[in-house]
Amino acid sequence: MSATPSATNDTDDTGAAGAAKARPAASPRASESASALAGTGTLFRFALRRDRVRLPVWVLALFLGTVSSVSSFDTSYDTAKKRADVAETMDSPAGLAMTGPQHYLDDYNIGSMTGHQMLGFGAVLVGIMSVLIISRHTRTEEETNRAELIRSGVVGRHAYLAAALGVAVVANLALGLLLAVGMSGMGIDGVDGQGSLLYGMAHTAIGIFFAAVAAITVQVTAYARGASGMAMAVIGAAYALRAAGDVGNDWVSWLSPIGWVQRTYVYVDDRWWPLLLVLAAAVVCGAAGFVLSTRRDVGAGLKAARLGSPVGSDSLTTPLGFALRLHRGLLFGFGAGALLLGVMYGSILGDAEEMIEGIDELEEQLAEVGGANVAESFASVVMIVLAVVCSIYVVMAALRPRAEESAGRAEPLLATALSRDRWVLSHTIVGAAGGTVLMLLAGIGFGASGAASTGDGGLFLKLVGAALAYAPALWVTIGLAVALFGWAPRAVAAAWAVPVYGFVVGYLGEILKFPGALNDLSPFGHVPQLPAKDMSWTPLLALTAIAVGLVWLGLVGFRRRDLETK
Amino acid sequence: MTKAITVSGLTKTFGRTRALDGLDLDVETGEVHGFLGPNGAGKSTTIRVLLGLLRADTGTAQVLGGDPWADAVTLHRRLAYVPGDVELWPNLTGGEAIDLLARLRGGIDKQRRDDLIERFDLDPTKKGRSYSKGNRQKVAIVAALASDAELLLLDEPTAGLDPLMEVVFQDVIIQAKAEGKTVLLSSHILAQVEKLADRVSIIRLGKIVQSGTLSEMRHLTRTTIEAETERPATGIEELPGIHQLRTDDSRVHFAVDGEHLDAAVRRLGEFGIRSLVSHPPTLEELMLRHYGDELEHNGHHSEAGAA
Repeated sequence: MSATPSATNDTDDTGAAGAAKARPAASPRASESASALAGTGTLFRFALRRDRVRLPVWVLALFLGTVSSVSSFDTSYDTAKKRADVAETMDSPAGLAMTGPQHYLDDYNIGSMTGHQMLGFGAVLVGIMSVLIISRHTRTEEETNRAELIRSGVVGRHAYLAAALGVAVVANLALGLLLAVGMSGMGIDGVDGQGSLLYGMAHTAIGIFFAAVAAITVQVTAYARGASGMAMAVIGAAYALRAAGDVGNDWVSWLSPIGWVQRTYVYVDDRWWPLLLVLAAAVVCGAAGFVLSTRRDVGAGLKAARLGSPVGSDSLTTPLGFALRLHRGLLFGFGAGALLLGVMYGSILGDAEEMIEGIDELEEQLAEVGGANVAESFASVVMIVLAVVCSIYVVMAALRPRAEESAGRAEPLLATALSRDRWVLSHTIVGAAGGTVLMLLAGIGFGASGAASTGDGGLFLKLVGAALAYAPALWVTIGLAVALFGWAPRAVAAAWAVPVYGFVVGYLGEILKFPGALNDLSPFGHVPQLPAKDMSWTPLLALTAIAVGLVWLGLVGFRRRDLETK
Repeated sequence: MTKAITVSGLTKTFGRTRALDGLDLDVETGEVHGFLGPNGAGKSTTIRVLLGLLRADTGTAQVLGGDPWADAVTLHRRLAYVPGDVELWPNLTGGEAIDLLARLRGGIDKQRRDDLIERFDLDPTKKGRSYSKGNRQKVAIVAALASDAELLLLDEPTAGLDPLMEVVFQDVIIQAKAEGKTVLLSSHILAQVEKLADRVSIIRLGKIVQSGTLSEMRHLTRTTIEAETERPATGIEELPGIHQLRTDDSRVHFAVDGEHLDAAVRRLGEFGIRSLVSHPPTLEELMLRHYGDELEHNGHHSEAGAA
């Protein structure tokens, strides 16, 4: 073992890493694994230092969001009658797809309501937090070449990933404990200490699981963005599977780790064993991540870089063609995702009708909502989800010019005869058209499989049209990003507020009964809820005009400011 | 002669940093103009103002008779730029990046492009992320030279190139000059610019401190000579323009002002030269010699002393 003799020489050197290495190794095998992890502690503390604002914000936001939702449950549903009513509403395909399995509904108190309605979303959000932690502290470091510098020091092969996983575990554990303590301290009937501990630990476990999934995806691709996207697709798939399973066949939900945590039946049965399943899966994924990381070079993905064309085609060398090329991968990924999501939701549309038929009371309630029939009112809720997913792409596309600028790649382009306006517009057009195409694909998937599952062929065109009605809201999202890019380029990430707000208000707001005024702040809130409600052109034209105005504003701002250079 | 670039009284601040502090610069049409200065002196900022990527706070700049900020796009059709730090798109091959940049500028001479790729020994099928710094630099150079630009703005273009490629680069610039193109060539290494430039401007702390032809600036250059002679060299100290003379038996070491180099070498020759090494002065030495007082005043000297 070459490490041991050199380490003994280094004892009087500096740092914990040197001291750790110098300790006599029990066996060659042990010293090998110790050296592979050398520097983990330092990197771990360094990562916590870098995230000292970001992680507390995430954890506190998730904690406060949960606690305030629970307390709003407590005030909104203060009588047994109200809780029974909401349980009945939830016992519908739309309700179950949006929340969790039916068993929670048996005795719908504030505790079981929390477990039913909040746990699925909580799992998605801690998943996103965990994925971002892992890719930020592993792949981004490699992509920016900072890892190369660090890895040239006394830092083991697995130190980066181990440190990143450590940070994810700490963040998820902190959130879990905070939830356990905070919720049991609220003193609400049905939200007991035992259940709160399980509720918190369910967040911890699922967060660690998605961190471990990201540990795999960051090995596969050489780009942090791609790695995060792949891991988030896993989160989306897990959520979609449990939605399908909770509405249709229960076994489908057992394919999804989010389904597992929901089957703890927290505050109802308080089962702990599904969490062991989640943690076991996390260990397997994490181990796979470590193994895969040894099969690749620093900075590279698992696939070797391929050679490409020695000349640029005519279509590539136009501003629009070039922008399309840069957006292509993301667009294909989201296109496939949108289509699948649409097909998935469409396939449960038939179940939705069957389930509700014959329950007079529910039919009456839906009639109040204004839907022509059960399937259509369910569809209009699904549309919001599809639009939010597409708006995630749209924001990523709209942030592209800023990313190009910060990376120093805008500079050589803008030193050619390409004007600033045309450069920004080429990305804007690709983003806007791309978002529209995504909505169309989602609508086609939803419409085709919805028409098939309900046996109502007329539904296809209705659903495609309903999906397209969201396009102007996506354009407003882009417009906002362009305006920020022009006037406050450093704050351009604030454009994420649109999908997040749209989701919270448009989707959660339905469940949590937010006041309607909040909905008006979101561009999605102004889109007519087809096919349940009637088409109205005025808001769509207004949204389009706002989008155009915002893009124009952004261009004016960008024309006036300095290009940021490295 | 008309001027390709005229700049007067240019200032630019970034927050509290004053990057340009009343900069004046004139570049004649058809000349290769060396733009010299230490790192952080404001070379890149100047070039970015000339490209209309940055807007100057005060002062005026004219490029090819136009305003670089207002007429950016029309001017860019007539000029080409090689950034100091070339960043390429990770998914695009070098060949695609060359064609993209050149066509967006308004057209590409295919023959010249292929010729340049061959001369610079560049593999155009590799993806951007797999190129080394030198190869990224080559991509930008080929893209700039393959289009028919009147003015070349080159910001430390050879920073990552190996010596062989630097020779190719020099050939290509000489050729461009022969075609009547104007070149603004920034560098922090005097020797590099010396070979190509007709005139040189030296920038320091955002101001031009020296400007002129190289012969005009000859008095600024001081060459270091290290020689081994058959017989001990004597009487060197009597010659004009000799500094820091050290003799050690058959070895002699001294610095000589550019205008007196000839006399010094002749004198050495009298003692039978066995080996001779000469170093041109680095820009840093030059700056230190002329602005040492100021540096000391600013506390740089005491730092160096402590270290």
